[in-house]
Amino acid sequence: MNLRDELFQFQQQQSTRRAFLGRTSAGVGAMALASLMQPPGISLGAASKDKWTGVVNPLHFARKAKRVIYLTMAGGPSHLETFDYKPKLAQMHGEPMPESMTKGKQIAQLQGSVLKCFGPQHEFQRFGKSGAEMCSLFSQIGSVADELCIVRSMRTEAINHDPAHMFMNTGSQIAGRPSMGSWVTYGLGSDSTDLPGFVVLTSLGKGGQNQPIAARQWASGYLPSRFQGVHLRGKGDPVLYLTTPPGVSTGQQQDVVEAVSKLNRAHDAVVEDPEIATRIAQYEMAFLMQASVPELMDVGKEPQSILELYGCTPGDGSFASNCLLARRLAERGVRFIQLYHKDWDHHGGVKEGVELKAKEIDRACMALITDLKQRGMLEETLIVWAGEFGRTPMSQGGSGRDHHNHGFSVWLAGGGIKGGISYGATDELGYAAVENPVEVHDLHATMLHLLGVDHLRLTTRFQGRDFRLTDVHGKLIKPIVA
Amino acid sequence: MPRLAVAAMAVSFPMVLPSVGLAAASSPNTPGANAPGREIRFNRDIRPILSDNCFHCHGFDQKSRKGDRRLDVREDALKEKEGVRAVVPGDLSASEVHRRIHSQDADELMPPGKEGKKLTAEQKALLDEWIKQGAPYEEHWSYVAPVKAATQEGVHPVDELIGRRLSKVGLKPAPEADRRTLARRLAFDLVGLPPTPEEVAAFEKDSAPGAYERLVDRLMSSVHYGERMALPWLDVVRFADTIGYHSDNPRNVWPYRDYVIRAFNSNKPFDQFTREQLAGDLLPDATVEQRVGSGFNRLLLSTEEGGAQAKDYESRMLTDRVRALGTVWLGQTLGCAQCHDHKFDPVSTRDFYTIGAFFADIKEAAIGRREQGMLVPSPEEEARLKEHDSRIAELKAALQAGSPERDAAQAEWEKALSNGPVDVDWTPMVPTKVTGAKGSKFTIGEDGAVRVAYEKVPEKDTYQITLKTPPGGATGFRLEVLAEDGLPEKGPGLAADGGFVLNHFGVKQGATVLKLNEASATYEGKGQPAKQAANERPNDTSGWGILGKAGTDQAIYLELATALEGEKEITVSLRQTAGKGQLIGKFRLQATQVPAPVRAPHVQYPAPVLAAAKADPAKRSEAQKTLLSNHFRAVSAKFAADRRGIADATNARDEYEKSLPHCLVSVHTDQKRTVRILPRGDWQNETGEVVEPAVLHFLPQPKAAGERPLNRLDLADWVVSRSNPLTARVFVNRLWKQFFGIGLSKVLDDLGAQGEPPIHAELLDWLACEFMDRGWDVKHMVRLMVTSHAYRQVSTGSRELLAKDPYNRELARQSRWRLDAELVRDNALSVSGLLVPVVGGASVKPYQPEGYWENLNFPQRTYENDKGPSQYRRGMYTWWQRSYVQPSMLALDAPTREECTAERTRSNIPQQALVLLNDPSYVEAARSLAARILREGGGSDAQRLQWAFARVLQRAPYADEAAHLSGLLEKHRGQFASDAAAVDKLLGVGYAARPADLPGADLAAWTSICRVLLNLHETITRS
Repeated sequence: MNLRDELFQFQQQQSTRRAFLGRTSAGVGAMALASLMQPPGISLGAASKDKWTGVVNPLHFARKAKRVIYLTMAGGPSHLETFDYKPKLAQMHGEPMPESMTKGKQIAQLQGSVLKCFGPQHEFQRFGKSGAEMCSLFSQIGSVADELCIVRSMRTEAINHDPAHMFMNTGSQIAGRPSMGSWVTYGLGSDSTDLPGFVVLTSLGKGGQNQPIAARQWASGYLPSRFQGVHLRGKGDPVLYLTTPPGVSTGQQQDVVEAVSKLNRAHDAVVEDPEIATRIAQYEMAFLMQASVPELMDVGKEPQSILELYGCTPGDGSFASNCLLARRLAERGVRFIQLYHKDWDHHGGVKEGVELKAKEIDRACMALITDLKQRGMLEETLIVWAGEFGRTPMSQGGSGRDHHNHGFSVWLAGGGIKGGISYGATDELGYAAVENPVEVHDLHATMLHLLGVDHLRLTTRFQGRDFRLTDVHGKLIKPIVA
Repeated sequence: MPRLAVAAMAVSFPMVLPSVGLAAASSPNTPGANAPGREIRFNRDIRPILSDNCFHCHGFDQKSRKGDRRLDVREDALKEKEGVRAVVPGDLSASEVHRRIHSQDADELMPPGKEGKKLTAEQKALLDEWIKQGAPYEEHWSYVAPVKAATQEGVHPVDELIGRRLSKVGLKPAPEADRRTLARRLAFDLVGLPPTPEEVAAFEKDSAPGAYERLVDRLMSSVHYGERMALPWLDVVRFADTIGYHSDNPRNVWPYRDYVIRAFNSNKPFDQFTREQLAGDLLPDATVEQRVGSGFNRLLLSTEEGGAQAKDYESRMLTDRVRALGTVWLGQTLGCAQCHDHKFDPVSTRDFYTIGAFFADIKEAAIGRREQGMLVPSPEEEARLKEHDSRIAELKAALQAGSPERDAAQAEWEKALSNGPVDVDWTPMVPTKVTGAKGSKFTIGEDGAVRVAYEKVPEKDTYQITLKTPPGGATGFRLEVLAEDGLPEKGPGLAADGGFVLNHFGVKQGATVLKLNEASATYEGKGQPAKQAANERPNDTSGWGILGKAGTDQAIYLELATALEGEKEITVSLRQTAGKGQLIGKFRLQATQVPAPVRAPHVQYPAPVLAAAKADPAKRSEAQKTLLSNHFRAVSAKFAADRRGIADATNARDEYEKSLPHCLVSVHTDQKRTVRILPRGDWQNETGEVVEPAVLHFLPQPKAAGERPLNRLDLADWVVSRSNPLTARVFVNRLWKQFFGIGLSKVLDDLGAQGEPPIHAELLDWLACEFMDRGWDVKHMVRLMVTSHAYRQVSTGSRELLAKDPYNRELARQSRWRLDAELVRDNALSVSGLLVPVVGGASVKPYQPEGYWENLNFPQRTYENDKGPSQYRRGMYTWWQRSYVQPSMLALDAPTREECTAERTRSNIPQQALVLLNDPSYVEAARSLAARILREGGGSDAQRLQWAFARVLQRAPYADEAAHLSGLLEKHRGQFASDAAAVDKLLGVGYAARPADLPGADLAAWTSICRVLLNLHETITRS
């Protein structure tokens, strides 16, 4: 069955109740509208009936995680100053990079330059019972090291930011493919009744290397728009067009929505169009969001101890604030939460740059894990920390590192992940993944697996072909699954 | 006005429908009916099953083929291999296919379970039935030339062909819709704007024969017809204002959009339209219009990201173009063949790259900023440009003119020059402060000479010199580098060989960088030209040097783009960061007030000029005379004002030209890129065969094939040749979708094996043939479609019909759908009276939430809402920022146009409600409509409501609607009457002026009513 058929069937199911509606009768829709009179979020009418429950229903196998919080470190964090310690690189600092390693390999801004080794710019130490080796700048993350599985053998196909993000998010470098959050909500639906199933938050770093991020990174591509990521913004309306027009009271807005739905329902009784029932439900959902989103964003209500744990000030738009919002979104049943923290693009000054980044993310990552754990939610929430690529073991301009796609590090924690382990390795200079290389498709396959989805079976028909998040690749990384 | 009497018009249905028709009707792609004895058609029934489940391993792609067995070719399917025959016609038990698809053994079962594919019982039965019937194959339907079925005289051919099928499946066409519905339908479909109530009323009253056709003709001759027709075209060619990747910066392409609008309005034949877009630049004596059409080839994605590799993006652009050709014209998913032969269709990797090779002659940068493009002036603009040109010509002529006084001055100048080049007057400037960024120390002499204390010489440094220009100001500077005994090799540099490299000479007044026009020097070392120093290229290590002339004084001359007037404090910075102590040891700065040009003497006076000046005036050749006359005028201070005048006029002309529309177009270059087959699509692998342009190998070939290298014009001719079985089908199929909501073959961008064999195959082929027979006449096809009864039917259907044919594939009624994003906007602007219906022009910027572009960078950008008329243009003119499409359009499914989009998704999401409720565009439209209602809608609330419904929905309100809205109006009027602040806020949304003469509370309450009306499903639906 293709997507059009699925959606149509879905709409047909939703609209069976239409038979009960007449021009004068109140019917179910009126009950739904009655719920609008309630304080927000109390009871739901058509909006909850219109809920998408996913095409993977039942699940392909028992799930280990209900949701994903994906921390995108945009710009490409240096694995060599974060999670991949290379003493040999320190020894060879300033020496030519062995040509045998680099010959014929993709390279970005260092095209045509003399390639010299550039030693790690920070100390590393061991953390936790597992003795995980991490840069000492990340001691807070280190304090929860036993929850983490560090993958040191990631590889990606792309070496420039934009295509590399696309590849990480959609499994393809061609624009127009659905992002992983869209795939997951398409497959599984969402547990939230008054928030979108796929939410994106972005934050800027203070180092001035904030690479652009296109909205296509969270677009639903050829999947229906309802699966696109909704960007919750730090400034202005948190969701675009969320706020009632100036001068219009909440009650008046409600009157307008109610009248629209009433007239739509009457029209439906005449023309019998399943789209109308959906439209009525969407108006309700929109109206509910006008209340639920501000409530969600109001982190000021969090206890002081929590604010301190994350190290954030309400409304500061920081990565830490977004981590706290991620927890609140997770609590509210949102399926896929993706955070972007920018400014990891350290072509120069990688030493100072990573220091600054550590200040911005170290505590917040620890807090997110700790907070979810203390609420018993960590085991059902998969956390992924990853950039779009890593950085060269070679120097760029004497203080920085260039883009690098042959080997870099990511970590996972929470739902279904074996904590306190590492997986895979790069060579002794941190250039290429040599032990258990992990492809982006493998990461995707594993994420889907933990959510109870067989990546081979989550497909949709587009341009005559069954497309998957993992394209024609992807294998489960069994050893990291608990 | 009568109520919509849909139920009453319901068609009668036979109680039981034949199972075949039903199956086909409900889900044509999965012919499910297990109907023994039913005639099996390979293309309709079998190919989709095999393609979906088997061809991946038993199809066209050699590399993924398993067991050396093909099922896509009958010969191969029937062949005995190692004692096994996959298909034995008429003999189920001997057919391996039959055994394997029914096998209980997981290792034997086909398709293998691990592929995630599974045949349904019905599919298995169909395969069995097909084998029993002798396993006939058919060539894939869309690769066979369409055949035009014979139709009767006097019957609309579309209806006749649909009727044939309807009677087969036991359905009857629905009755014609009422005139109001038809007027709305035609208006949205043909011009994309709602009809006025007056137009609807006139149409309703027109009882003369041909009223419908007259309305069609009127709409099709509107300038807005071209706009409406352009919408799907702009999607499919991925027209957008920005480059797409990374920084997503602007580029000049909007004249292409206007070209498309004009093409539809003038009914340009589709074959010509195609030729112009693929190869307009190659047409003989190509016009500006045709070249703009060729802008199609430039609509792809490009990047300005640092570190992007040319070869990588060269390959991306090639693949982008091949995919586009496949989607726009051929309805083939050619992109699948980038890395491997197509799994389902006979498209080889070789085909992919040979098609890519057609575009290798297009001149373009693989990475970086796009060029400005071709100038595309309007006739008025062209006339103004000519005025500029003649003004410049006049000034030049005036300068050239001779007079006794000028001749005498020139003679004097020649005499002075005969002794050698003359330097201009220089005034030394004594620095007040000199510092080195890396700590160099300096002593300043009374003559202004600065000596570096070179006991501790840094590797690199940038000297900062603060000084004042002489009271007369400055037109240029001279930096002398001075030799001295104490310096290595006598200097003037500090490097071991006495050399230095001046990477950049910068000069600032306060924080303002003063632009330098030109640099020249008394001497330039090899590879060390002076001009390098006038142009800052951060981190670049090249610059001016005097390699080979150590121990001598030299100087570099720099001309200011704009002269400094009077005594001004300036800062000169001398960047010398080549390394190894390549620093200047001693120098002096001077200024001149002589009018430009300011050059080193031997540059100012080149050898031929000196020779001519030295020559006896009587013996000078004509060329020498001209040279002297010209050069005198070019350098003499006497003519400074004239030169300035010419420069100003030229600048004004250039500025004006820059402000005029430009468009990226195709420009042919003989330096074609080499195109290789890239193994697995890997651009780094250069082992693949180099290929020349060629068309798909399995279709009829172009005439010129084999005789000479093919070019884009050959490609275009092939695309629209009568023997190409695809193009006409692809276009009429998309056109059909525009008027019926779904294509005759529903996968608009894939007419290959994985697409859908059309249900109304005869109709699709008839339309394709008719299109070509009529010289690719688009308007003819549009008229044909919209004048059919099929088009004029009601869009509602009985429950039985809806259940039996939910997608309306049988066309026993019309379809209904939400308007496209642009039209939702156009409708609101139109009914509110805000619409500025200007056709064409630069893209515009309607309201957009602040900060929506915050994640754009390089550079950071702020979106500025257009003020004035541009704020109220049709949606199609909205600035199309690929990575952040205008969000209210995006919410309503406007595509990003990063890839070719043959069909938009049509979703129904909460964001659409938020947009229609809260976007200032719609609130402003509501309050503007409210003002119209108060002015034009009569005196009473009831009259006004009538008027409002007529305006928005072209019908009267029903009693329950009127009752509910009257209540709402009353309530809000009361609330607003006691809240003037709220009224001011609401009526202050948007730039449109608030009518001062209308009562605020009334206006605000009516705004609520208008918001309801603009949000109605019916309002935004074409039915």
